[in-house]
This record gives sequence, structure tokens and C-alpha cells, in this order.
Amino acid sequence: MRDVAIVSTAQMTNVRREQRRNEVEMLMPVVQEAVKRSGIPKGDIGFTCSGSCDYLAGQPFAFVSALDAIGAWPPISESHVEMDGAWALYEAWVKIQTGQADSALVYSFGKSSMGDVPDVLNLQLDPYYLSPLGIDSISLAALQARAFLEKTQYTERDLAKVAVRSRKSAKDNPNAQLAGDFDLEKLLAEPYLVSPLRVHDCAPISDGAVAVVLAADDTARNACERPAWITGIDHRIEPHQPGVRDLSESPSTALAGAKAGVASGGIEVAELYAPFTHQELILRDALGLDASTSINPSGGALAANAIMVAGLTRIAEVANRIQWGSIGRGLAHATSGPCLQQNLVCVLEAK
Amino acid sequence: MSEAESELVQSITTPLRLEYQYTAGVASTRFLRGMADGKILGQRCPQCEKVYVPPRGSCARCGVATDLEVQVPGTGTITTFCVVRIPSDSLDIDPPFVAAHILLDGADIPFFALIQECHFDEVRMGMRVEAVWVDAEDLGPTFESIRYFRPIDEPDAPFESYKEHL
Repeated sequence: MRDVAIVSTAQMTNVRREQRRNEVEMLMPVVQEAVKRSGIPKGDIGFTCSGSCDYLAGQPFAFVSALDAIGAWPPISESHVEMDGAWALYEAWVKIQTGQADSALVYSFGKSSMGDVPDVLNLQLDPYYLSPLGIDSISLAALQARAFLEKTQYTERDLAKVAVRSRKSAKDNPNAQLAGDFDLEKLLAEPYLVSPLRVHDCAPISDGAVAVVLAADDTARNACERPAWITGIDHRIEPHQPGVRDLSESPSTALAGAKAGVASGGIEVAELYAPFTHQELILRDALGLDASTSINPSGGALAANAIMVAGLTRIAEVANRIQWGSIGRGLAHATSGPCLQQNLVCVLEAK
Repeated sequence: MSEAESELVQSITTPLRLEYQYTAGVASTRFLRGMADGKILGQRCPQCEKVYVPPRGSCARCGVATDLEVQVPGTGTITTFCVVRIPSDSLDIDPPFVAAHILLDGADIPFFALIQECHFDEVRMGMRVEAVWVDAEDLGPTFESIRYFRPIDEPDAPFESYKEHL
């Protein structure tokens, strides 16, 4: 295996609605900043891979026009996943492992504000039986939260604590959208949005973009002082039909975590892509994380949830902390599909 | 099993409706506002100096912001064209008609437009054309502010002048 590291990252400050700029205009400064910080000349980057969803923009092949932000000339080696950018990073990592590239630019963008997110995410369901019922992403998450609360010792108070902690942590994250000090009792006095979930249990709707540069071996060592080495990365998926899964746990996360080698060392920071409070608790249990791990110091998806961006952002947040020298080993998680259907775990280390 | 029970379901209908609030973007907004004023606005790349009309806010070759605005005239050259003989539900025009790539004077990227006021057999590469706008009171922030392009009485542009823009 080749040693592959994240050598630079850049993010757009998440906002509820980006009124002026289109996707290309949002993405361009982020990509330029990540490439500049890597110190690798743009023309030397061997591979480019993006993650986005055309349903968010309501335009077919929106990801192709996004290439206007890259400067894909002379023609570049490029690919795209119709998924969160975390899976684009996985593809780029594989590309580098095969020896076809020594470095890669990975980016994702999401203007979640243009359409109705719960309705857009309804299209992730099977088109014959589930999607026509009109069930939306929040109702599905509420089904999961109910199953989780009934099966475990956790309570609605535990869910609210996740929201309070996340938004408090987000005060230190300049790219967060929803940050501040919230009173636990006041949150619990709020009405349900979809029982047992209240508004604070759900991620905000965000517009955002993120880019990271990967490099292998000496290219990474020359590019930055403390590369964030990817020592394990794996992703696993559960059945498409939510009805055949036990929604109260996440076996795909547990397996991806085991394959990525989570348990072979201490985890100082875990950035978990949990767009709903109860999902963070499910993920913590699946990954075997205890009180020694700082969970979502960025505020996580509860502080900013640009669809297709928030997973890759988790990886960028852990990589940043390794590059800053504040941690030596951390874990990033990304999810896709209803109720944590598909999960990716990436372990990053300083060496 | 009866015949009705064994018959396969051949198709199902699942209506789907999604509504979006489209963001034109900074560059496209400038262009569309220009259209409402009867002006054609482009943007120049600070690196390769190519002029994009309509502008997208970035240079697709260089990957940098094209923040230098330039106004170009409504005259240009047909770089390539085709004769459409198939009717379309989305166009209220009867075939045959000509759809052409037009390189506006001062622009580096041709765009697609309709050619009218001449027989389709007369249209050729290098032909000089001009924009025909809607009446002043009908101008709006839309491409449809230009009804079509028509030939102008000028000698054809030499192939050398547009061969880089095919």
C-alpha cells in the first residue's frame, strides 16, 4: 500500500441560502485555496474527483458545468460520484493506490437551499413502493429515532444534549452556520417536529463547498509539514429497503470502522456525519467510542449540513486538526442514504 | 392461477414534482440585466484574456474568476451552422430553419442562435450577421430579448479570423 495523506483543505463558510453566487462561483475560490495551500502546481495534480447530486440543483449534469471552476485544460483525468464528496475521496485514494496518480484534488458542493431537501432525499428510496408514498427524510429519521429510544436506555434528553454540545462547539468553527449556547430545558420544552424529533434534533439546511488535496509518499511529505495520513478507509452499505434493517444500530459503520482499523489506537477526535442527534449516538456505539474521544469539535452536521459536502467536511476537519498539531490520531465518518444506510470510516494519523 | 392473475404489471406511474429556486449567479445576473438594457455583456479572463459571452463567472480553461466586464456589439460571424428540418414542440418556428454558432465581434466563445430573414440555402460559414432585438418595451432579463440574427451586407469574414473558435 502507498502512504496517502491529506495535505490541504479549504471550505466555504456555510450559509442558509447563498443568494448571489451559483455553484461554480461558490466552488472556485474553495478549490483555488485548497490547491494553493497544497503547494502542488495545479498542472501537477494527477487526478480530480468530485461528489455532488444533480437533484439538488434540479439540473442534469450539473457536475459537468461545475468543472468550469477547475480550469480543466489541457484535458485532465477526472471523475465524479453522485454521492457525498467523502466517496469521491475514496475513489481518489484508490486511484493513487493503483499508481495512476501521485496527487488528487477532491471537492464537493451542495446548494441544499434551492429545492426542498426532505423531498429531494425522498428520491433515494426505491421508486416502486417507498418513494411514491411521499415519505421524507425527517420522517424516516424519526422512525429510526423511535426504534433507537425504545430499544436502548437513551432518552430525548440525551438527544438534546447532543444538539447543545454540537452548537456550542460550533462557536469555534468559523465555517459553521448554526452555533451558540442553547438551554437544554428550553429545547426539551419545544414541540415535536416529527415525534420523537424536535427541530434541534435535525441538521440545518445549508449551502456549502469543500475541497481537499491528497498526495502520496514524498509528494505529501514535501507538500506539508504534518500531512494527515490516511491509515485506514472503508465503506459498507446496508439493504436499500429500510424495513429489512434494524434501524436502531449501524452494522455497516461497525464493519467499516473495524476494517479501517479504528480500534488499533486511541481516537482523540471523531467527526461523525450525523444529521440527526440520535444518529450520533448510534454511530458512537457502532464505533466503540467512549468519553476519551472528542466528538464533533467542529459542531458536525448539526452546525452545517450542505448535502454532499458534510461528509467530506468531516474528513477535512480531522485532517486540519492533525495538520495544526492539535491531535495525532482521529476518525472521520460520512453517511449516505436514509437512516445511515451507507457509511464510510476514515482513520487519519500524524506519523 | 387465472389468466388475469398471471398477467405481468407492465408499468406503474409515480408522479413526481420538485420545485427549485434557481440562482442565476453573479455573472449570469450581469448578463441578463444587460439583456434587459439591450446590451450584450461578457467577461474577460485575466489570464488567457478570452472573452466569454455569455459569461459564467469563471474561465473554464484557466479556472479563475473572469471579473473584467466587457460589452460586445450585436454583430458577429457564423462559425458553423445546421439546417433543422425536424419540428420541435418547444419552438414556435416551422422547419426548415437555421441554428448557428455565432462568434460576436470581440468575443472568444461562440453561442447558439437562430438565423432568420434569409433562405437557409444562403447561410454559410463566415457569414456576417447582426442581432435583431425585440421592441424596447419588451426587453427583459432573458436571452429572448434577442429574437434572432440576420445577415448584414458585409463581405464574409475570412476563415483565418474564426478558425480558432470552431
